[in-house]
Amino acid sequence: MSKKYVMGNGAIALGALSAGVNMVAGYPGTPSSEIIETVAKYPHEGTYVEWSVNEKAAMEVASAAAYCGARAMVTMKQVGLNVASDPLMSLAYVGVKGGMVVVSADDPGPISSQTEQDTRRFAEFARIPVFDPSSPEEAFEMVRDAFDCSEKYRTPVILRPTTRVDHAYASVEAPDSFKAKEYEGFVKDSKKWVIFPRLSYMNHAMIEKRNTEIGNDFSSYLFNTVTGSSEKAVVATGVSYAYAAEFLKEHPDVRLIKVGTPYPLPESFLLKALDGVSEVLCFEELSPYIEESLLKLAGKHHLDINVRGKLTGDVPPSGENDADSARQIISRFLGFAQDEKSVDYSDAPQPPARPPVLCAGCPHRASFYAVKRAMKGKKAYFCGDIGCYTLGNAMPLDMVDTCLCMGAGITMAQGFNHMDSDATAISFTGDSTFFASGMTGVVNAVYNAADMIVCVLDNSTTAMTGHQPHPGTGRNMMAAPVEKVSIEKILLAAGVKKVITVDPLDLDAAVEAVKECAKLKGVKAIIFKSPCIAIEKSNKKMRVDSQKCVGCLRCIKEIGCPALSVTDGKAVIDENLCTGCGLCSKLCAVGAIGGV
Amino acid sequence: MNKDIMICGVGGQGTVLASKIIAASAMDEGYTVHSAETIGMAQRGGPVTSHVRIGDDAFSPLIPIGGADLLIAFEPSEAVRNLKYLKKDGFVIVNSVPMKPTSLGSSEGYDGKAEIEFVKSKCSCLIVNSDELCAPFGSSKFFNVAVLGAASGSGELGIKKKTICDEIVKIVPERFKEKNLAAFAAGYKLGEER
Repeated sequence: MSKKYVMGNGAIALGALSAGVNMVAGYPGTPSSEIIETVAKYPHEGTYVEWSVNEKAAMEVASAAAYCGARAMVTMKQVGLNVASDPLMSLAYVGVKGGMVVVSADDPGPISSQTEQDTRRFAEFARIPVFDPSSPEEAFEMVRDAFDCSEKYRTPVILRPTTRVDHAYASVEAPDSFKAKEYEGFVKDSKKWVIFPRLSYMNHAMIEKRNTEIGNDFSSYLFNTVTGSSEKAVVATGVSYAYAAEFLKEHPDVRLIKVGTPYPLPESFLLKALDGVSEVLCFEELSPYIEESLLKLAGKHHLDINVRGKLTGDVPPSGENDADSARQIISRFLGFAQDEKSVDYSDAPQPPARPPVLCAGCPHRASFYAVKRAMKGKKAYFCGDIGCYTLGNAMPLDMVDTCLCMGAGITMAQGFNHMDSDATAISFTGDSTFFASGMTGVVNAVYNAADMIVCVLDNSTTAMTGHQPHPGTGRNMMAAPVEKVSIEKILLAAGVKKVITVDPLDLDAAVEAVKECAKLKGVKAIIFKSPCIAIEKSNKKMRVDSQKCVGCLRCIKEIGCPALSVTDGKAVIDENLCTGCGLCSKLCAVGAIGGV
Repeated sequence: MNKDIMICGVGGQGTVLASKIIAASAMDEGYTVHSAETIGMAQRGGPVTSHVRIGDDAFSPLIPIGGADLLIAFEPSEAVRNLKYLKKDGFVIVNSVPMKPTSLGSSEGYDGKAEIEFVKSKCSCLIVNSDELCAPFGSSKFFNVAVLGAASGSGELGIKKKTICDEIVKIVPERFKEKNLAAFAAGYKLGEER
């Protein structure tokens, strides 16, 4: 045993390893990605770990482990749960034998996500229990409790951390090496493991009855707590509890109720905790889940309690809470005077906007630029996808017209083609996204005789989420090397008419490839292949010869590389950022940019 | 000791390493530590912050507005952006070398000078220049450790110099160890002279 200073995601990983987890599978997605990486990092015996191609695959692979009586954990971000919802909804009916914990990380803000969806709703929708940690330390404990709950009631259980829990660091006391638990193995029983309408009907009734029992269990759960005894109470969940508790430490008399298990609702705990309360403020993020639960509870038990929160406008409907919103919102609710702690900074110079951009030297910049150049003056729709390359939307590249969800670039480009055949429909999909859910879109486009260009931006890694390997990388979480799955062969096998693989940093060849594909009918594909610059470090640098530079700033206006800026009317290159990709030198009309 | 330290800058400047070293050093001295970083899409060239909270008073990972004892800013405009987190009597260490944003319109004219003057006018601070400080080491990549030296030398960190140096040795790659320790020493000297 030793004290380990880890991220919340690391704490979840250590919690699972401490619980003897036999299998961990998932798909990368901020803020969840570090869980699997941490599991792989610590010495463990008998635990199988994988990055799956997508969340649905991960959920199904892990379900089989749980059918065997093994302990399984699946990790993903909240939108990943949408992808995995098909197996999850059915698995909730079938149930499990070994403990199965589904970690779905929510992202209030959102900070790095498409949606502000609330996994607590998903748990209720699937009728399965959910644990909602307020800190890394608590997440560490809750994983083990979630496994126990899962095995006791033979149901998958959700652990729902949020970004500020996933990415906060704290110390946990954990073993230094781990051993997976023994398990029985799969015992055939088609009445149990094959989902049929009859089984679903029977189990639905069982689940509803069981959930009342789980709610009763949760009523005595360690992480459902109440402090203080005031008539006006604050109920908080997740990290919002931490903010509220920090503010209320100066007001210990205020009744503060923490709900660590939002579903099934710990009714008897709440009835007791709310005894003597006339008004309650629900301080939570994402949806008004606890607020609505309390409204139902008050209705069911005829409680004379005024329930406030998001629905009453006391708590903002969107965005994340923090220590400051906790102070303001709770003070207003309790009628405290708002103390003016901060200095007046209203005369501050406006800081420059810093939207996220593609890294200096990122090959995606060159890919987008090649397509832009080849399609100049032609009507075209550019359908983007999820990954670093969503940033291709930023000026001056301006090459992402749509971005919806994982894999939608290819299928939406196909849709545009059917609605407007005068335009060239072009999709941009990263390599990891291609494997996750792009492949099926290619088949759909070929089958339905679309005219379009599929661009695969292949940097051999899942870059945005921290460089996780994928089927095209050549290694997995258990071994290296493994056979690389060839994107080119998949495209050809699917019946794509023309597949060109090109280095995007070879600008002329890349532009030519796009032009050639644009002339052809049917589905064509270009694989822009060049390694992620954050992995394949480069020592090369470019420099602007200020004598030659005429100050046209074409380099800056066309590609927007963060290493380029203007000083005294001329372009300069920040050599700390430059990787020497040379894209800027290829478009300088006077040859002022060259290698150092 | 209870101490809230915020580190801010632009993605890629190495703020995370600085916060890791502070957190690890504080733990070595027996304190409870919580911290939080910007991760994900926001870190690609965007403003980043690290919150390091030392002591038992911190419940949540984020420092409240007006709560930081020390603000270490890797960039002038980022110092201004996050100055509201500083306590009334807090201390700021700020790099005077600006990171110009990529977009053309706003990068013209921004040189960080007005921002440094603003910080000076509002609080007690130490101004450091990463180009000058890191010149002997050949890369501004050593600024994160050099600025830790400045924080340590200024006496505002509340952690022993030796503890921090031991952590630097543990955390940075072996081949950069000597340069990092030298960068720390150079920063420390500046901090002492404030």
